[in-house]
Amino acid sequence: MTDTPLLSVRDLTKRYGARIGCADVSFDLYPGEVLGIVGESGSGKSTLLSCLAGHLRPDGGQLSYAGRNVLGMSETDRRRLSRTEWAFVHQNPRDGLRMGVSAGGNVGERLMAIGARHYGDIRDTAIDWLGRVEINADRIDDRPRAFSGGMQQRLQIARNLVTAPRLVFMDEPTGGLDVSVQARLLDLLRGLVRDLGLSVVIVTHDLAVVRLLADRLMVMKSGRVVEQGLTDQVLDDPQHAYTQLLVSSVLQV
Amino acid sequence: MYVAVKGGERAIDAAHAWLAEERRGDRTVAALSIDQIREQLALAVNRVMVEGSLYDPDLAALAIKQARGDLIEAIFLIRAYRTTLPRFGASNPVKTAEMAVVRRISATFKDLPGGQVLGPTFDYTHRLLDFALMAEGEAPIGLAERGAAALGTLDPVPHVTEFLNRDGLIETEAPSDGTPPDLTREPMELPAARPLRLQALTRGDEGFVLSLAYSTQRGYGRTHAFVGELRIGSVAVEMEIPELGFAVEIGEIELTECESVNQFKGSKTEPPQFTRGYGLVFGQTERKAIAMSLVDRALRWKELGEDFTGAPAQDEEFVLMHADNVQATGFLEHIKLPHYVDFQSELELIRRLRSEAMAAITTTQEAAE
Amino acid sequence: MTDTLEAGAYNFAYLDEQTKRMIRRAILKGIAVPGYQVPFASREMPMPYGWGTGGVQVTAACLTPDDTLKVIDQGADDTTNAVSIRKFFQRTAAVAVTEATAEASIIQTRHRIPEAPLSEGQILVYQVPIPEPLRFLEPRETETRKMHELEEYGLMHVKLYEDIARHGHIATAYAYPVKVEGRYVMDPSPIPRFDNPKLAACPAIQLFGAGREQRIYALPPYTAVVSLDFDDHPFEASKAPHDCDLCGASDSYLDEVITDDAGGRMFVCSDTDYCRSRCEAGHMGRLGVPQQEAAE
Repeated sequence: MTDTPLLSVRDLTKRYGARIGCADVSFDLYPGEVLGIVGESGSGKSTLLSCLAGHLRPDGGQLSYAGRNVLGMSETDRRRLSRTEWAFVHQNPRDGLRMGVSAGGNVGERLMAIGARHYGDIRDTAIDWLGRVEINADRIDDRPRAFSGGMQQRLQIARNLVTAPRLVFMDEPTGGLDVSVQARLLDLLRGLVRDLGLSVVIVTHDLAVVRLLADRLMVMKSGRVVEQGLTDQVLDDPQHAYTQLLVSSVLQV
Repeated sequence: MYVAVKGGERAIDAAHAWLAEERRGDRTVAALSIDQIREQLALAVNRVMVEGSLYDPDLAALAIKQARGDLIEAIFLIRAYRTTLPRFGASNPVKTAEMAVVRRISATFKDLPGGQVLGPTFDYTHRLLDFALMAEGEAPIGLAERGAAALGTLDPVPHVTEFLNRDGLIETEAPSDGTPPDLTREPMELPAARPLRLQALTRGDEGFVLSLAYSTQRGYGRTHAFVGELRIGSVAVEMEIPELGFAVEIGEIELTECESVNQFKGSKTEPPQFTRGYGLVFGQTERKAIAMSLVDRALRWKELGEDFTGAPAQDEEFVLMHADNVQATGFLEHIKLPHYVDFQSELELIRRLRSEAMAAITTTQEAAE
Repeated sequence: MTDTLEAGAYNFAYLDEQTKRMIRRAILKGIAVPGYQVPFASREMPMPYGWGTGGVQVTAACLTPDDTLKVIDQGADDTTNAVSIRKFFQRTAAVAVTEATAEASIIQTRHRIPEAPLSEGQILVYQVPIPEPLRFLEPRETETRKMHELEEYGLMHVKLYEDIARHGHIATAYAYPVKVEGRYVMDPSPIPRFDNPKLAACPAIQLFGAGREQRIYALPPYTAVVSLDFDDHPFEASKAPHDCDLCGASDSYLDEVITDDAGGRMFVCSDTDYCRSRCEAGHMGRLGVPQQEAAE
């Protein structure tokens, strides 16, 4: 752990006309940390994530990554960052995969984009990563269309992590999956995050996900952060009324 | 002994000679005159002027004659000719508010100042072939029968959209002194602003624009279009002469202008109001003008804060890249040109892949035995 | 119309001087940034888009009255479109024309590079239908522009990867993409991949014109041009495993000609000038005839 935050956010705000998307959000993320952002639908968590990842342009605030002013960057530089040091895992795997390209091609793309030029090595790396996300090696030439939802999501994770990005954004990665599939995916994510020392910002409405994965937690309501702190502290001893409501109404394990 | 195929030049000359014969057709039948085409096939002439981007009915008639009635071929002739013409400058924007209208209708109001003027339209004809036209002579039509409308109303007729504008019900067009970009001078660059889109649409293929407009009416990016106003008539063309220091009228042209009125319920950034679509073409070319106004409106989704529904008519790159029929037909028909060298390379590749695949199958079979 | 053409009503080489200047500026930009597609305001020409208008405009902008012009299509001077374009320049520029590659100062070509090596001082003008190498992977021009700007060519290699995974080989037979001076990925026009090696270290200036798509790009002399491949699946400049049946050449690209209803076939050099000059020099293929017989 170093002293400089990897990601530094101050007063980030995004409006939709008169409505607030998110407002006055501030936090620091240190290398190797997993930050969970929780809230119900409409809490602003997805808007916040989109602003952080460069998909939306915020209306106010500052955002810096590894000391660089992200909001001041050209679109070119931001795009380059997205392809090299950052990764984004979409809620719907179709949004994060090339459905017309084989599993191997999907995993190999980021490698080839940074200059990998040995077909055999690329293929071996792809097989290795498919193994890590528990996809059978004989599926390497199949298209994602032929995969189940859970498999597609695991493929998306492999595709994103193969080049060891420094910062990973995840948008409801277990959303839309069966409970048992979710559990398996969470286990996998926890292992990968630990083994690779990833820094992650993960958005979810599911407290079980943050309990398992996140070091720190931010609770959002109506576009604002109402509480933040260490995950266990916030969940075991919620201070804000809304957090208490969330925690008490959790039905999932 | 194999002799390499030669004689391409002779073949071309012979083809051109035969083409000239076919163009003339049966010599016992009178040849078409340019005047006949210009006068009696005026709507074809109009289309060629519009898509050829050149207002000259005689040249358009000549192109139609030379092209044997193939309008896209005729448009091509006009475009190629236009390239060679020297440019003296640009005219001032024409004032359609001062148009001497021969036809002017509005679907949005029952009656309005200037009235609903039907003009010479097919709209209410019954589509029954008129065999009297096949006969040699025809009864001359008296001037009185045509009606005053044919000569054009002399008083200027205000635009319908001006009435809506007075109450703030329709979006105002922000006037601009900026020089619009010119597709015929600069390469098309995307994303395109509205003036460039309008230029591309007015020059674009009528069938293509028509089908896209139709698709918006059937739900592919619906904009609830009303014909606010359709007006056809002549306008003066004026040009600033630097040596004189004022504008001079250099001629008169016939135009069709269509303003469509579209409603939408307001969005994240705009209060509710009627919105506009615009079509402007040479001559009496209604179908194109109306279609153009619908497609123009569909393409404006982003600046109006609407959602992109994935409709083809909303996809600016798709619409603008494929609207030009001279480009389209050129590329389509180029596949008639020899491609045997590339075909040869494909043949070799496929032969190799097949032989390897066959060999693999044989090996597997042998291994199985 | 033809009368006004003959009467010299058009400028030298048809285009007006302003237009030529505009095209030359685009050409210079292209030469300054090898492989980069320069937008230009393509003019409507008297032949249809898709039939060589880009090449014709580039040639027209380069031509001087002292030039000698060669025009080929599929490697041959006598194919119909080559005849038509050559005639166009004879009428509008009255330049000398030739079929001999070595005698030409400007060569306009569709889909082939001449077999005989080119020399300094020659210009080779390619006709290009689709200039964008990424077009069939990504149809949006707004997107491919960014990909070139950011050197985001991962998708291109994904395509090659998929080919090998599916077929065991890269399945691109013509218009095989290349990397120019280690920076831009370029489509060399639909030349068979056999011709790709001739693009590199060429003493002549190579210009590429796409009229309908409104792009010009260029390779200055002695440019580094590398066909995309994988280290363990290197690029192969393949051709049919035959010699020319007329002149016996083993190193030239061949046309396959069907000679009878039973499917009999023969292979002949696609480059007619190359074949002819070899025959005149006394070389003979399987079905060739000694020169004295041929003259009778």
